[in-house]
Amino acid sequence: MKILVGVKRVVDYNVRVRVKPDGSGVALEGVKMSINPFDEIALEEALRIRERGQASEVVAVAIGPDDVQAQLRSALAMGADRAILVKCDAAVEPRDVARTLLAVIRQEGIGLAILGKQAIDDDAGQTGQMLAALWERPQVSFASKVEIKDAVATVTREVDSGLETLEVDLPAVITSDLRLNEPRYIKLPDIMKAKKKPLAVTDLATLGVSLAPQFKVLKTEAPPQRSRGIMVKDVPELIAELKKRGVLS
Amino acid sequence: MSRVLIVADHDGAQLGAGVARCITAAGRLGGVAIHVAVLAAPAAAMAQQVAALAGVAKVLVVERAENARPLAAVLAPQVAKLAAGYDYVLGPSNTFGKDLMPRVAALLGVGQVSDLMSVEGPHTFKRPIYAGNAIITVESPVGTTLVATIRTASFAAAAVGGSAAIEAAGTDAELPTHTRFVSLSAANNDRPDLQSAPRVVSGGRALGSADNFKLIYALADRIGAAVGASRAAVDAGYVPSDMQVGQTGKIIAPALYMAIGISGAIQHLTGIKDARTIVAINKDAEAPIFEVADVGLIGDLFKVVPELTAALGG
Repeated sequence: MKILVGVKRVVDYNVRVRVKPDGSGVALEGVKMSINPFDEIALEEALRIRERGQASEVVAVAIGPDDVQAQLRSALAMGADRAILVKCDAAVEPRDVARTLLAVIRQEGIGLAILGKQAIDDDAGQTGQMLAALWERPQVSFASKVEIKDAVATVTREVDSGLETLEVDLPAVITSDLRLNEPRYIKLPDIMKAKKKPLAVTDLATLGVSLAPQFKVLKTEAPPQRSRGIMVKDVPELIAELKKRGVLS
Repeated sequence: MSRVLIVADHDGAQLGAGVARCITAAGRLGGVAIHVAVLAAPAAAMAQQVAALAGVAKVLVVERAENARPLAAVLAPQVAKLAAGYDYVLGPSNTFGKDLMPRVAALLGVGQVSDLMSVEGPHTFKRPIYAGNAIITVESPVGTTLVATIRTASFAAAAVGGSAAIEAAGTDAELPTHTRFVSLSAANNDRPDLQSAPRVVSGGRALGSADNFKLIYALADRIGAAVGASRAAVDAGYVPSDMQVGQTGKIIAPALYMAIGISGAIQHLTGIKDARTIVAINKDAEAPIFEVADVGLIGDLFKVVPELTAALGG
């Protein structure tokens, strides 16, 4: 079985993003870029499945400009067997990402796709579910535990009311939640080895996909800030203040 | 008149808290007919609850055994069929809607607006990106069904006081058998629901152990509050992950939020910024939580919290 892992290049999660004063977006110049953290978790899970002997190959796939090769090399250094970059300079909406990944899945004969549950830039959280719909296959979003036996995956997912376990027939799409695993660190020799691993570059036209963007971003603004309130010195003062505000009786 | 279809959230047993918020959001679209679809089994009690919410014109009930559990792969083809003729298809941005709605959108051949937080016009909406560090205004195309998940913390729940017609709705959608429910291990249910409780007490890493969290439970029980936690406390194993408040956990908007021993990482603040009153108790005067707290108290939580609990007693 081949596993596809989606890789998105995003602003590193440690960077505090700033909105440009003219409202045209967030400032990305000179900002550190990384693999979307949920995608790293997805990749780690794929590697573990392969290491258990339940997958033959892990293919990391990204869509974006040439710069994204850096993140694909990181994915290779983590342990992916090969990478595919679908070159595209335009911004791509989640549905178009799903359509593109589906084209790769069909071309590669993928048996399991593991994606991050959301990207930490647009926070859309749509691609995995859309891919599963278009592929007409099962989806398990927000996974915190994955077990595979024969052609069935038993997956535990984090839902608002607790932990839900589903059983799905493969092929399927799984999206990773935060607690699925802790991704491994990349060691220096792995980086050297990754340089020799195959990274294929293709494009949307070759895959037969044409983008169909639907939404227009009119404006980007900073969120309204809460202002600093008052400080109280002890418990009686705190209780008095809360009673005054009517939040405690 | 535009038509809105809302998909009611449930966990198999009970109606969720999201649908009433979606009704309020739908009302903001102005001059719309609001229909709510309940896909469940049994569905009658949930349908009646929904019919009693003000603003609902009609409740469509699809009761079939396959809908006993809200499996996206099973519900989505039915919702997609029901969606014919609707201008808007909405679901709550909780795990029910986040799982289901993108699958519905893809089946309808359209994109989705996630976490819709304000309606600026019939085709213009605001939503957060970058964990709420930026807000974008998005324009959707006219003449295309808009699928969206509603950020529940941004809208009040619709009041009780309606009497909508309840209609059985069937669809000839073919349902897959490739996805099967195995089990649900429910979280501790004898406290108020974290997502909808008017009061929430949360603990952070400073609690130091799972056992020390009993201080938080005692205070919460004293004031009838739900209990939450920071990601650091969850990662440290003090409490289960369904108690996590923040961008990657639950986004909440209680009237009172008490952050105890929580430093206030940006991802946590994102989850509470719609709370009406934020109280912070922390021994570190420089903790970022104080920058957003309405009332702050610098002190050792192991002294302050028991004192507070005792003072609020009897």
